[in-house]
Amino acid sequence: MAGTLLFNALRDAIDEEMARDSLVCVMGEDVGQYGGSYKVTKDLYEKYGELRVLDTPIAENSFTGMAVGAAMTGLRPIVEGMNMGFLLLAFNQISNNMGMLRYTSGGNFTIPTVVRGPGGVGRQLGAEHSQRLEAYFHAVPGIKIVACSTPTNAKGLMKAAIRDNNPVLFFEHVLLYNLIEELPEGDYVCALDQADLVREGKDVTILTYSRMRQHCLKAVEQLETDGIDVELIDLISLKPFDMETIVRSIRKTHRVIVVEECMKTGGIGAELIALITEQCFDELDARPIRLSSQDIPTPYNGKLENFTIIQPHQIVEAAQQIVLKGL
Amino acid sequence: MSQKTSVSSDQSTAKPLAAGRHGERISTLISSKRAKIDRQIGLELFRDMTLGRRFEDKCAEMYYRGKMFGFVHLYNGQEAVSTGVIGAMKRQHDWFCSTYRDHVHALSAGVPAREVMSELFGKETGCSKGRGGSMHLFSQEHHLLGGFAFIGEGIPIALGAAFTSRYKRDALGDASSNAVTAAFFGDGTCNNGQFFECLNMAQLWQLPILFVVENNKWAIGMAHERATSEPEIWQKAAAFGMAGEEVDGMDVLAVRAATQRAIKRARAGEGPTLLECLTYRFRGHSLADPDELRAEEEKQFWAKRDPIKALEKDLTSDSLVRADELRAIEKEIDAEINDCVEFALAAAEPNPKELTRYIWAED
Ligand SMILES: Cc1ncc(C[n+]2csc(CCOP(=O)(O)OP(=O)(O)O)c2C)c(N)n1
Ligand SMILES: [Mg+2]
Repeated sequence: MAGTLLFNALRDAIDEEMARDSLVCVMGEDVGQYGGSYKVTKDLYEKYGELRVLDTPIAENSFTGMAVGAAMTGLRPIVEGMNMGFLLLAFNQISNNMGMLRYTSGGNFTIPTVVRGPGGVGRQLGAEHSQRLEAYFHAVPGIKIVACSTPTNAKGLMKAAIRDNNPVLFFEHVLLYNLIEELPEGDYVCALDQADLVREGKDVTILTYSRMRQHCLKAVEQLETDGIDVELIDLISLKPFDMETIVRSIRKTHRVIVVEECMKTGGIGAELIALITEQCFDELDARPIRLSSQDIPTPYNGKLENFTIIQPHQIVEAAQQIVLKGL
Repeated sequence: MSQKTSVSSDQSTAKPLAAGRHGERISTLISSKRAKIDRQIGLELFRDMTLGRRFEDKCAEMYYRGKMFGFVHLYNGQEAVSTGVIGAMKRQHDWFCSTYRDHVHALSAGVPAREVMSELFGKETGCSKGRGGSMHLFSQEHHLLGGFAFIGEGIPIALGAAFTSRYKRDALGDASSNAVTAAFFGDGTCNNGQFFECLNMAQLWQLPILFVVENNKWAIGMAHERATSEPEIWQKAAAFGMAGEEVDGMDVLAVRAATQRAIKRARAGEGPTLLECLTYRFRGHSLADPDELRAEEEKQFWAKRDPIKALEKDLTSDSLVRADELRAIEKEIDAEINDCVEFALAAAEPNPKELTRYIWAED
C-alpha cells in the first residue's frame, strides 16, 4: 500500500468523522468549493453539501463565534483558519467564548469545536504568515491545544479532537503537509493528552513538537554517531502537557532540552520548564536548556529566516554541551 | 426589501427638541401596525414588563446595600423591547442572546427570578452557578445563549444558533427545525465589525435570526450621532439586501407586531430582519455611572413615554382590563421579588472545592 500524505490523512479523518456523525461540519474560508488552502477538505463539499462544508466570508472573529453558537446549540463544528495567524482576528471569540463560556455559564453549555489550520514558519512566507499562535493562546482557560507532526498522528489526533466535547486548537504545520507515511488500518484514534515517546534514550531528554520533531530527528542521528543517547519526546499535547511522560523521562536522563519553533519569550518552553522545575527540580543534573526562535518577526530573507528558527546543528551542540560537559 | 414605517423628519422645519434627533425620530414615527391583543396577552405583557422594572429597581437597592458587586447594568425604560420581542416568540424553543444588560431578557425568556437574583448575589443557585454574575446570565433550559460582556461578541453566537436551525432543517432534513434566534444589542454596538459581518452572513445564508437593536441613544457617554455616520440603524439593513424596520421601542404593541412580522418571515425560511427599536434607558449606563452627560430635558422627554404606563393606558382605555387588576399584578410581582431576594440571600455560596469545576465538558 502506498503511503498517505499528511494533508490527506487529515482529510480522511474529517471525512470519516463527518460520515460517522452528521452533526460534524466544517466552516472557514475556501474550505468548500476550493477544497481548503492546503486541500485538507478537498472534495468534502461535493460529498456533504454546502451547509456541512460551509464557505464563509473573510470574517474570522464572526465565523469563529458562529461556530461557538452552533456548538452551544448542538452541532460539532470544525473551524479552519486558512492560516492560523489569521485567527488573531478571532482571538476574542476563541478566548471569551470558546474557552471561557462553559465555565462562565456554570456548565450550562458545552462547546465541542475544533479550530485547525496551518501554522509555523514556512519557506519565506514573511512575518505575518509565519506565526506560532500556540504560544499566544496558551493562557486561555478551557481549551486543549495539540500539534500533529506525522501523517499517522495527524489522522488519529484529528479524529480524537472532533470527538472531544471540549474546544481543541489543532495546529498543523505548513512544511509538514507533504510528509508521507503508511497509516494504520481501520478506525484508530490517538489520545489528545499523551506525548509520543519517539525514541528511547538514557543521556538527555529532548522535548519538542510539530515541525521541530523533524529537526530533532536529524540531530539525534548525528548525536548517535557521537555516542549520545537521546530520549526524544514529541509533546503532541501543548495544553495540558503530559507531565507524567515528561517527568518519567527526566527521572531517567536527568537532563532536558526543549526545542520549539515559537519565540522564546512567553513560549511553550517557558511554561514547560517552569513546570519541570516545580515538579522535578531535584532530578536535574544540569540547568534546562531552551532552544527557541528569536524574539523577532520572522524575516523574509531566507538566510535570516534560518537564523531565526532553531537548526539541527544547534540541537546537536546543545546536547553535546549538556551531556559531555554537564553544562 | 426594507420597509420604512416612519415619516422622516425635515430638519429645517422640525421643532428642535431637547431630546435631539433621537427624540425627533420617535416623535415623528408612526407605528401604524401595532399588535392586536386579547385580554390574556395584555395581562401577560403587563406582568412581564412590571417584573422587569421592579426586579431592576430591587437590584439598585441591593447594589447600594452591598449585596451585589461588579458592574450592574439596568434595563429600566427599555422593557417594551424585551417583552415585545420575547413575548412574541416561543420560549424554550426559540433562542435568545443578550449583552451585559441582560437581567430582563433572562426574565422574559422565563429564567426564574430566584435564579437571576441568586446569580447576581454570586450564589450556587444562580442560573450560572455564581460563576457568571450580572453580565453573564446563561440558561440552556430557557434557551438563553448568554449575557455577553464584550461589545458585539454575542451577535456571532446568535448567528451560530440560527445556523443550527437551518442546518437541522436543510442538512439533516428535520422539517420541524424552525427555531428563530433573537440577538439583542445596543446602538453603540452597531459600529462594531461583528454587527456588519453577521448581517452579511445572516442574509447570505437566509438564517432565521432577528437582530434587535435597542437604540437608547447612548453608549455609556457617547451619544449615538457622535459615533455613527448614519444614525438610522435600520437603514443599514438595505446595504445587505435585508429587511429592516424601525419601531417605537417604548410601545410594546408596536414592538410585538414588528417581531411577529419578522418571526413569520424567519420561520418561513425567508431570512433575517434588522429591527431598530427607539428607546431610552431611565438610569445611568451602570450603577457605577454618575450619568452626568444626559440632559435633564432629554430624560424628562423620555420619562413621559414610560412604556409600562403607555401599556396600562392602552389596556384600560380599550377596557381590556381594569386598573385594579393591574394593581393586583404589581402586588404579586412585589411578592415574587421579595421572595427571590430572600431566596438568594439564604442560598449557599459555591463550594470552593468546586473552584475549577465546569472548565471541561466532563466535569
Ligand atoms: C469590546 C468592548 N469594548 C468596550 C466595552 C465597554 N462598554 C461597555 S457598554 C459600552 C457601550 C455600549 O453601548 P450600546 O451598544 O449602545 O449599549 P447600551 O449600553 O446602551 O445598552 C461600552 C463601550 C465593552 N464592554 N466591550
Ligand atoms: Mg446604547
